[in-house]
Formats: sequence, C-alpha cells, structure tokens
Amino acid sequence: MTDRIADIWGERTPHTPQQPWPVRVDTMLDEGVGEAAVSWVPSVCVLCSNGCGCEIAVAGGRMVGIRGRAVDRVNHGRLGPKGLYGWQAANSPDRLTRPLIRRDGVLTESTWDEAMSLITDTSQHLLAESGPLSHGFYSTGQMFIEEYYTLGVIGKAGLGTPHMDGNTRLCTATAAAAFKENFGSDGQPGSYTDLDVTDAIFLYGHNMAETQTVLWARILDRLAAPNPPVLVCVDPRRSNVADAAEVHLPIRPGTNMALLNGLIQQLIELDAVDHDWVAAHTIGYDDLARTAAAYPLDKVADICGVPARDIRRAAEIFTTAPSVMSTVLQGVYQSNQATASACQVNNLHLLRGLIGRPGSGLLQMNGQPTAQNNRETGAGGDLPGFRNWDNPEHIEQLARLWNVDPLKIPHWAESTHAMQIFRYAEQGSIRLLWIVGTNPAVSMPDLARIRRILADERLFVIVQDCFPTETTELADVVLPAAMWGERTGTCTNVDRTVHLSDKAVDPPGQARSDLDIFCDYAQRMDLRDRDGNPLIGWHDPEGAFAAWRECTRGRPCDYTGISYEQLRAGGVQWPCNDAHPDGTERLYTDGVFPTAADECETYGHDLLTGAGVSPQQYALFDPAGRAMLKTAHYQPVDPSSGDYPLVLTTGRTVYHFHTRTKTGRARQLNDAAPGPWVEVNVDDATRLGLAEGDLALVETENGAVRLPVRVARGRPGTVFIPFHYGTWDDPDELPRAANELVDTVWDPVSKQPQFKLAAARITRLGPGAHPTPAPANTASAPAEPEPSLAAAARGPREGGA
Amino acid sequence: MHLATYVGLLHGGEGTLADAYDMIRAGHAEEKEVARTCRLLAAQCREHVSMLAPIVERYGEHRETEPERLHADTLPSTRSGGVGLLRDLQDLLLLATLVDCTWTAVYQAAQALRDHDLIAAVSACQPETKVQLAWLTTQLKAAAPQALLVAK
Repeated sequence: MTDRIADIWGERTPHTPQQPWPVRVDTMLDEGVGEAAVSWVPSVCVLCSNGCGCEIAVAGGRMVGIRGRAVDRVNHGRLGPKGLYGWQAANSPDRLTRPLIRRDGVLTESTWDEAMSLITDTSQHLLAESGPLSHGFYSTGQMFIEEYYTLGVIGKAGLGTPHMDGNTRLCTATAAAAFKENFGSDGQPGSYTDLDVTDAIFLYGHNMAETQTVLWARILDRLAAPNPPVLVCVDPRRSNVADAAEVHLPIRPGTNMALLNGLIQQLIELDAVDHDWVAAHTIGYDDLARTAAAYPLDKVADICGVPARDIRRAAEIFTTAPSVMSTVLQGVYQSNQATASACQVNNLHLLRGLIGRPGSGLLQMNGQPTAQNNRETGAGGDLPGFRNWDNPEHIEQLARLWNVDPLKIPHWAESTHAMQIFRYAEQGSIRLLWIVGTNPAVSMPDLARIRRILADERLFVIVQDCFPTETTELADVVLPAAMWGERTGTCTNVDRTVHLSDKAVDPPGQARSDLDIFCDYAQRMDLRDRDGNPLIGWHDPEGAFAAWRECTRGRPCDYTGISYEQLRAGGVQWPCNDAHPDGTERLYTDGVFPTAADECETYGHDLLTGAGVSPQQYALFDPAGRAMLKTAHYQPVDPSSGDYPLVLTTGRTVYHFHTRTKTGRARQLNDAAPGPWVEVNVDDATRLGLAEGDLALVETENGAVRLPVRVARGRPGTVFIPFHYGTWDDPDELPRAANELVDTVWDPVSKQPQFKLAAARITRLGPGAHPTPAPANTASAPAEPEPSLAAAARGPREGGA
Repeated sequence: MHLATYVGLLHGGEGTLADAYDMIRAGHAEEKEVARTCRLLAAQCREHVSMLAPIVERYGEHRETEPERLHADTLPSTRSGGVGLLRDLQDLLLLATLVDCTWTAVYQAAQALRDHDLIAAVSACQPETKVQLAWLTTQLKAAAPQALLVAK
C-alpha cells in the first residue's frame, strides 16, 4: 500500500458507466505482522459517514490491522486514511479503564458498583423531587442501533423525558429535517451506486474529497474514465472538489438560499420543469414558482458574489443532464437558512422528477457514521421508526410495543433539541445530564458558556466515553466505555446500508459496552412496563436488535427482514422485509412519498420561522403521497461589521474526525495535521500584513484564539479554522478551539447550530516558531506554494482529478 | 363608515406588535431562538405597517383612545426566567391574535367594497400573521412543561 497520508484517495481504478466500480482492497497491518498470523472479524469503519465495510485484523487478543471488504457494496474493498490508520487509537495507553467519581473536586477511581449506585441514587432523588424533566441525555453519532434504541426506550418509556438528543444535531439534523419537510419522512432516497452511472454531480457545501474520501475516490474513478460526470461545486473554499469541477461557485457565506432560489428560477426560465411529473407527484408548485420569480440571475449573482455566467452554466448543466445526483453537507447545514436551503436542493430534483431512478437522486449527507441511527431509533430528537409525535396513533403503537401508558411517552411537543437541553441545564431546570460518546466542550458553539454550564455545581454530569476528553474533565462521574471493535452492534450509513460490526477484542480494563451500561442502569432503576415486567427485556446486542426490528415493522425504515447472519455476508439497504428480502436500492421509484397524514413523520414547519403545522392544517392539504415543494425567501445576513470585517467559517480536515479523540491518537493522522491553523485568503493576507507561518490573533464577539496562519485559496473576506482541536494534547495552553469564537445560533427548523457564519477580525502577533501545521494537499493548500509545500500539494493530485 | 377605525386599529396594532417583538427580543436575549425570530417578526410587522400606508391615506385612520375599548397596549416590560418567558409569549399571542382578527374584519369589508388594493394587502399580510401565531404557539407548547413543572 502507498503512503495514504500523501495519497489520500489511493490508486485510480477507472470505470465507465457501463462497468462496475472495480474492487481495490486496502489493507494495513502493524509492522511485523503477517496476514497468515491474523484472524479477520467483519466490521464497518466508523470514522466518517460513508460506512465502509471492513474487517479487523486480530492477533493475540489485540487489534493489529484492518482491511476493506471486497464484497461490500459501499467501498468495494477501499478504506480512507482515517479508516486505515484510526483503529490504532484502541491500543492507546490512555484509555479510560476504571469508572471515576469526583471526590473533593478530583476525579478518583472507583468501582462500577459505586459509580452506578451514585448515578441511580441521584437519578431517583431527582425524579422524586422534580420528575423526569430534570433528566437530559446528550448522545452521539457513534453508537450502534442496539445501544441507541435501548437508550431511547429508557428515556422515552422508562423515565419519560423529552430531553434526549445527540451531537447529530450538530452534523445531520438538517438532512433529516429537509427530508421530512419535502418527503414527509426521514430516509435517504438515493444510493451510492447512482454515482457510478450519473451524468452530473452537484456538491453543495460538501467537501467530499476530505469528509468522505472513499466516496470521492468513487467519483475520481469516473472522472478518470470516458464519459465522466460533470461536477458543480458550491463552496467558498477552493477544495479538491472545486479543482475537479467544471463550475465552482465560491459564494459569499450565508447566501445558499439566494443561489438555490436563483437556480430554481433558471430551471423554470429554461422551461426544464417536468410539468406532468410535478402535477402527479408534488404539491406547492405555484408558491414555489412565485417565490423563485423574485430571484433573477443578476440579482442572485450580486447577492452571492459570483459571476452570473457561472450560475447560468450550473443551471444549464442541471437542466440538460439526463441524470443528476446532488449531495449536501455542512456548508448548507451549518449556515444561514439551513433547512430551507436543503429543501430547495430536494425541490430542484422534484421539478425534473430526478429521484428514484438510476443516476438521479439525493445524498443529504450525514456527518457521522451512525448519525442515521440516532435519527431512527429515538435516542435523539425523533421518535423511533420515524413516528410522528403529533399523531396519536403513532404514540399508541409505541405504547403497545413497550407496554406502557401512552402518556408516559413524552409527545406534547417535539423532543427537546441539544441547544435547548443545554439552555435548561444553564437555567438549572435540567439537573442530571448524561453525555455519551461525545465531547461538547470542544464541539459546541461558545465553549466558554458550555464549560460554565458543565462545571456548574447544580448540574450532575455523567460522561461515558473511551478516552479522557475536555468534557470528562468537567464530569461528576466518568464511565469507561468499550470502543468500536470491542462490542457488537449494527449501524446504517448515508445510503441506508446496514452493517454489522462484530466484537473483535475485549475492552481494556473494566471498560464496558454502552449497551451493558444502559441495561445496568435500567435494572438498577427497576424500570418496568405496565404489567410489572422489566421494560428492557433484552441483555445482549442480538436481543436489542430483535426488539428494534419489531419497532420498525411497517415503517419506512423497515428492518424486519435483516438478521445478523445476513449482515455478516455484507451490508444491506433498508427497507428490508418480506416484500424486499434483499433490501431496497432506491426509495420513491414510483414517485410516491410517505406524506399521507397517517404515515408522515411530521406535519411540517414554516421554513422561515420554524412554526409548526398543526394536524388540522395538514389534513386540509393532505399531500397523500405527493411530495411538498416548500419554499421561503432569502433572508439576508451580513455578519461582518466595522469591528469584525471578516466572515469566519469552521470545518473539517481530511485527517481528523470530530474532536480527534481517536484520530489524534493515531500517529500517522496526528502527524499529518498535528495542530490547528487559520486560513486567510492571499489578498486579505497581503492587505493585513500576514505571511505564511505568522502567529495571528483571531477574534469574534465570543472569544479569541491564537493560531498560525496559512495563506490559502479561500474566498476573499473569509477565514477558515478547523474545529477538531481542543486542549487535551495542547502543549501551549493558548486558546485554540474554533468554537471559542462561534456564537449560539441555530436553524429555526432543524435546530442545527450555525458554525459557518461568524463575524471576525484577525491581527498579526508576530512570526511563528514553526511551519503552519496545515495539510498542503487539500482545501488547506497554500495559495502560493513554497517549493517544499508545492511538492506535497501536487503529489496526490497527479493520480487523481 | 367605521372602516377607518379598523384600519387605524390595524395600523396601530402592527406597530405595537413590532415594538413588542423588539422588547421580547431585548428582554430575552439569552433565549437565542426566541430573540432571533422576534427580530425577524418585528421587521415583518413593520413591513405590514408600510404596506398599509396607502390604505391609511385613502380611508384615513381613526385611532381608538378610550382605554376600555379594544386596542393594543405596548408591553410595559419583560419578565425573567422560564415562567416569565411563557407569560411574555402569551402577551405576544394576545397581541398577534388581535391583529389577526382585525385583518379578518378588514378583509370582509374589503370584499364588500370590492377594493382590490385592500384585498391584495390583506392577502399578502394576514398569512404571515397566521404564521406568527403558529410560531408563538409552537414556542409556548414546547416551553410550558419545563416552565410550569421544573423551572427554578
């Protein structure tokens, strides 16, 4: 294998639309370990949302390597740099191996019995004193279905608290919200195989080359063969995607909605609407057309700050390509009017009927590998099986399934979203917060406030994780959890492919699986159903999966046909049931959507304000299987002001995942991007007297960080900071986390925080002591490469786009 | 003809509602979503005020001043805490409801008058008022249990 730090996407295996995507098995083994000496355990990579099938190499009871699964439909054997190197974190010496309890202000080793007793005593006390609304759960995009579902049942049927959400709120909430608003329910319509045959790919705020490297390799393989797809990239940064695109629209941050309304207006002007399909399969066209009419090309070009001819060319590509795939990620989800914008991408496809057909569809991407499952299972802000909180029959179904009083299940309003959970904790009405597998002290907006909330003595904080983090430092109880490869469970990726990850090795020390921890809590709390039987009637992953399957029966995400045995042979796409025993490649092939009033997951919202639509209102226009073309006007935001003239966006780099809890402990990944930086456009840098490698102060109204400067290729007037870097491995102890700078603002519909739109200023502090630690072969590439940087920047691209 | 009284009630009511949104925004700045949406809705109400300007010019405007009569009082101040927010949302709901039913009354008269300009103004503005009511109700429903059961 080549050095996959330099060669991010690996060797090209070109193919045309008529040929299958070739197999290329990527393998990494510890030095000195031969393939003959290892056994292979089927699993799935959980270091990005792509969900590549893989096998873990085990020797002597330890993980010693990994390889992609050739038979897996997602990756055909490939793995990205994070997948190839990230597993090594499991063997890191600083794993959490004993429960910790804060005593006299210091986290002290304890036994499981002491830790769980403290938790249940506190929990019982608060329930008696204030009821279930005193409890909040903030989980992750990293657990398995079995763990999420168990947590969901505990919270929703055992305790009865609506305060459950995941960090999926930060990464994927808008994808779900947009599906619900347009199609009536969550559920990714498309399939990765559509990329193999499509004629055009639109990537909105989606730096796929860094966030899903194997999916990008799939596209690079098309670009390297005859009849490649045409790419259109919307991103203020000059990413590798932008380099490969025919049209790059580096729009002004915050203007997605204007651009998308403009594209819809162009589509109508170019007479590309499939009126028969629209009449048969959608409602709302007249409103949509009326709104779009207010966005003529020149006006949109002016708002977005890109040439009108480029927008026009993008519209022509969309209207003339026989098939189109669109993908969307954080550049939309974490910006102004997130849900409204994501809905317009769906609308563009509906207007041409480009959905549910080979090569045509949508990938409203997820940020994390198991984010989809948090959305499905009820551990987060939705009810299990895409059920509608406002539909009494759906609540009755859950009450029957769990054998509890329907009123036990909180359904008087939508579940409390993460930002509001922290607000209630701040106000002192949530007094027990259980944080599982995530690190809000680095990943949430306005970190000074988050630290203050978590450190407040009124709040009892439980943190369940594999490693010490910035968040465990603020906990009252720390529970050591088993990692990937140390427990069994299933998860579902962006194109609905369900994978099984088998336990390969034992967790270290006394660490336990999340499922065991939740079951222990349920038992100690003596949570029971209406007949006095234990509420959680399962004790192992397969039992939890069986319960989950039953919960999905007849719902859009039907898992009833899936077994562990079937998954050991490779991934399967839901819905999988008696009617579709091998799974389902695409949704909505018949143009029928789950919008009927008795089926839909939500009655929807006004896209501008987030005002809920009532069941009575919905009944009046019951779409009954037709999709909804919802729209809104662009709401101008101009975050920059006199004191803060620049716009700060935050984001990801290819070598790290989330807050680097794992990737920062894999040597190759850490060395590739060991510290944070700030990217400044080359013209801005000249004007501000900043040079490559300088140390700069970046300030917003929320805070300040000191970072080395990368003079880069982003849009003038914008600066970029990767959000991965907290303080746990920071030798300098200077503030450096991007989220110190970000204000608490969220989308009115999806409640996803807005990380990509802060007013900032930057000042030179002096020359830096070291070269800026930013990768040179990605969107972070220097604008004017120095010779050494240029070599690194060119290397990987020669084999690629 | 009393239409002028109702046009005045509407013109004044939208202005008062705009001020009330601004006051709630400032008084509950830590409730980020409430504050942000109140800013948006205040601007929406002021847009309604300006759309009413030519109507006011045409029919005149009679402002009701007797306190026992139906007219919208500006909110004196905001309250604090979870219950305070709930009460303030209720005040906004009452003001917005008054504006909404005034639009309805004016719309009925506009139809009887066959006044196309006035019909167009109502058609543009009243749906937004209805969304404001729905938004306030959504916020109220979400906030009530925590405020009434566990807030400090």
